[in-house]
Amino acid sequence: MMKPETEAELAETITATEEPLWVKGGATRGVVCRGTALDTGALAGVSLYEPDALTLVAKAGTKVSQIEALLAIEGQRLAFEPMDHRGLLGSSGDPSIGGVVAGNISGPRRIQVGACRDFLLGVRFVNGSGEIVKNGGRVMKNVTGYDLVKLMAGSFGTLGVLTEVSLKVMPKPETQATVLVHGLSIEKAQRAMSVALTSPFDVTGAAHLSSGSAEKPVTMIRIEGFDASVAYRAKQLSAVLGEMGPVTLETDAAAVGAIWRGVRDVEAFHDKRGDVWRISCKPSEAPLLAGKFEADSLVFDWGGGLIWALVEEGTDLRAKFGAFGGHATLVRASTEAVDLLGRFQPEPKGVATLSRALRQKFDPRGILNAGLMG
Amino acid sequence: MEMPAPNLNVLSKKAELILRLSGVLPKDALIHEEAETRVYECDALSAYRCPPLLAVLPSTTEQVSGVLKICNELGVPIVPRGAGTSLAGGALPTADSVILGVARMNDVIEIDYDNRFVRVQSGRTNLSVTGAVEEREFFYAPDPSSQLACAIAGNIAMNSGGAHCLKYGVTTNNLLGVTMVMMDGEIVEIGGAHLDAAGLDLLGLVCGSEGQLGVVTEATLRILRKPEGARPVLVGYDSNEVAGQCVSDIIKAGVLPVAIEFMDRPCIRATEAFAKPGYPDCEALLIIEVEGAEEEIEEQLALIKEIALRHNPVELREAKDADQAARIWLGRKSAFGAMGQINDYMCLDGTIPVSQLPYVLRRITELSQEYGLAVGNVFHAGDGNMHPLILYNANTPGDLEKCEAMGADILRLCVEVGGCLTGEHGVGIEKRELMLDQYEPVDLEAQMMVKDVFDPQWLLNPAKVFPLNASAARRSAAR
Repeated sequence: MMKPETEAELAETITATEEPLWVKGGATRGVVCRGTALDTGALAGVSLYEPDALTLVAKAGTKVSQIEALLAIEGQRLAFEPMDHRGLLGSSGDPSIGGVVAGNISGPRRIQVGACRDFLLGVRFVNGSGEIVKNGGRVMKNVTGYDLVKLMAGSFGTLGVLTEVSLKVMPKPETQATVLVHGLSIEKAQRAMSVALTSPFDVTGAAHLSSGSAEKPVTMIRIEGFDASVAYRAKQLSAVLGEMGPVTLETDAAAVGAIWRGVRDVEAFHDKRGDVWRISCKPSEAPLLAGKFEADSLVFDWGGGLIWALVEEGTDLRAKFGAFGGHATLVRASTEAVDLLGRFQPEPKGVATLSRALRQKFDPRGILNAGLMG
Repeated sequence: MEMPAPNLNVLSKKAELILRLSGVLPKDALIHEEAETRVYECDALSAYRCPPLLAVLPSTTEQVSGVLKICNELGVPIVPRGAGTSLAGGALPTADSVILGVARMNDVIEIDYDNRFVRVQSGRTNLSVTGAVEEREFFYAPDPSSQLACAIAGNIAMNSGGAHCLKYGVTTNNLLGVTMVMMDGEIVEIGGAHLDAAGLDLLGLVCGSEGQLGVVTEATLRILRKPEGARPVLVGYDSNEVAGQCVSDIIKAGVLPVAIEFMDRPCIRATEAFAKPGYPDCEALLIIEVEGAEEEIEEQLALIKEIALRHNPVELREAKDADQAARIWLGRKSAFGAMGQINDYMCLDGTIPVSQLPYVLRRITELSQEYGLAVGNVFHAGDGNMHPLILYNANTPGDLEKCEAMGADILRLCVEVGGCLTGEHGVGIEKRELMLDQYEPVDLEAQMMVKDVFDPQWLLNPAKVFPLNASAARRSAAR
């Protein structure tokens, strides 16, 4: 294992190596590649935090928990709500901010405020040739040259090893509440979420569990903001959604927090056997797609635009879907299944050709997380 | 501003090009008479002009593909053009280029309220995207000040922002998918109605690439339900520092207004003389807008007013009705026009960390005195996106050059304090040569490698974004 202490040392390491490298931060997200492990954990620390500019800059190996604790002191947060994969994957260790960015890891609030990539203001990274590259910066609006910041988010270490990231942070709202609709079918749940998301009530979470508490389906709509406003919107949404099924309202802060942590981390699948797939689709197509396979449990997030499926081991969901407007990622399965099916959905030819050529330019020797993305 | 000399080989192929393009385009979509090509000689950076070799106005993706394929074969540069409103010279032609205008491609292809998106042809204007979904109380969030005229194609090329970005983000945060034609004519689909990319985020890469990676012909855009209401307040202060501190305190207090606009005294005076919005005569003026349900507006405004009053404003004015709200916005919206009445102006858009606002404004005043050119500042304060307007006289020899030198100094200042050269207008030709003030050669090399992948011959909008010296080898290798 290699664990460089500085960006310069990391650059030297990459330049000198002739072996493939498995780039890892906290290694909590189930990404395993062949080659020597390259641990970014020593590149840690928050280098700048300006609460009144809503900006935070941290070294890539900084623990997410450390960043969240620092933000909490100022009543702020990472609004894109990055998922913690440990419960779902049974992994241990500490998630790093570099891993969050490399995987473009987002949570339920993605539907309203955007994904990790939308909060990423700047990056520094070392490419596969050992060159230190920066892009973007630390300001909110920046169109100076090409946006490699977005390209790096979600590139899973295949274009370069992140060394530093700048993020836009947001104020934590005063209050949050959740409207729960009970007993809806998947079709009706999708309708209910759509009604909530097309309302003017600023919904920051819309999820459905096929088996929630007491194994009954439950649809959940989150609202956040100032007290009076949350109360007003909760009332309006309860009235509208009440026409679709029995409604309850959760206003206890701890309980609301637990509900959405559960959705974010897909707690419904924790400690349950089976393969886990993550499907990104047009929200209204969720019921149709869900009808194409047998699932032990389903979690719908992003108003239906994100489906988590717990299925029998070895199931090839992509084969069952055929061509559709979206993609399916195999998040948890045996090594054999991942090797056979591939973690990521193969891309259409034109896009695949461009992506391959980009990886070749940034990592000409093909040594960074080789083979992970195609 | 230097532009590369035209490729004589390309100029000599004009007749062949016309003949071949007429095979893939309707007759009226091919413009080659000199009197007519002159229409396309500049964009909104009108100090620079050069008629193109030809202009084409395709109306389908297939026609665009046909044009690009032919130009790729003949080695003819393409300059894509939306509505020609670029302030950075993004659509400035060279004499050996074909202008590819998407203005005829302005259809709405699909509206899907349930999934909250609209799909349009890229020549559609920004405001008319909202126009297409307004009947159901939806809107498209990015709102550049040229939104009445500017096209979605240009918005995507420049990753355009606007006054309300503080809450809703810029174009890249509201773009779900594109149909794009590559320089060799291949049509690719990137993204779609789903939310995240399957592999590398090519959509994020294309957005803001200034028409250098491909020609976007269709776009899937996120639409949002309109909030129940919105209301601005106007606050005047007798110092820029205090106004800047007020902005900081508001953001830190956890309120996130949809817009925080800032005007300084020269701008306030000019707009007052021009549009008579009834602004107080003070050093700095803030317009802060919040939105939501009535309860939410009340609650946010109460907090904002409390913070604003703590800093002893010379005036605090809350809009009581739509008419008063319109009056508060009137001056801000006519600020550019007002400055234009005084003289020619150059508008910059460097962005800085909000905390550096007072220092940067002070330095700009000093630069204004050094150069002897007046400057007015009007900008999006919440996100640090400055808009210094430098006044000059185009008819005075040397004034434009002086103005450009001063503009460059201001942009270097923005970079120096931790900001960037451009927050929403793009690099174009205007800031091309300053790129090395913000980036190391290796950083630019990484960006140019991306262009190598998408456009190996460097035919798409070639003389933009990168310093001419930095891109020279690539551009000449292609010839």
